[in-house]
Amino acid sequence: MSHAYDLPLWAAVLTALLVLIGAGLTLAGAIGTLRFKSFYERVHAPTLGTSWGTGAMVLASIVFFSALGTRAMVHEVLIAIFITVTTPVTLMLLARAALYRDRTEGSGDVPTKSDVRRSARSDATRVRGGTD
Amino acid sequence: MTPAVLFWSLAAAQIMLVAAMGCYAYRVVRGPRAQDRVLCLDALYVCAMLLALTVGIRTGSGVYFEAALIIAILGFASSVALAKFLMRGEVIE
Repeated sequence: MSHAYDLPLWAAVLTALLVLIGAGLTLAGAIGTLRFKSFYERVHAPTLGTSWGTGAMVLASIVFFSALGTRAMVHEVLIAIFITVTTPVTLMLLARAALYRDRTEGSGDVPTKSDVRRSARSDATRVRGGTD
Repeated sequence: MTPAVLFWSLAAAQIMLVAAMGCYAYRVVRGPRAQDRVLCLDALYVCAMLLALTVGIRTGSGVYFEAALIIAILGFASSVALAKFLMRGEVIE
């Protein structure tokens, strides 16, 4: 840690706080995946780590390297943008795959396709206020 | 004072991240179904990327940033491939 001797105190404290927040949120998400009961609940938990867990860690890295002045420091924003864009894509694909698997096995409490269609149709009738 | 604050908070953060990786690894090994394993593998690589960032802050070198970026990109590709495999039974149709 010899490079940190040139660091101003406010930057060190800010970096420390952000790093702790990021790691704590990630750990909370991980414990969430252990404690939730079904897959559809568990799919929410890791997003704690991928949203503000990653965000706080990236901010900490930006603050640290900018205050140190070794390099001009917005590279880390790339990581934040990339994780923010890709996580919903991955999780949505995964949830659809899980739904498909549950439906083809006929297992669990997932709504079938005809259930979904029927409820969509009744919603549409209610919105129109008609009787068709 | 300044290095001590950073040293201990980084140590605590790294311990927390490794504990999170332990939780996810437990789910990968024990997870009741395949989708749980893929979900936790996805979260596991995000944890590894955050760990690389903390190591980068600790050593003060920029190499770990590039490692983190590569982990993020390759992890996304692998998770999408695994999710597609669960959906279709094959990756490239």
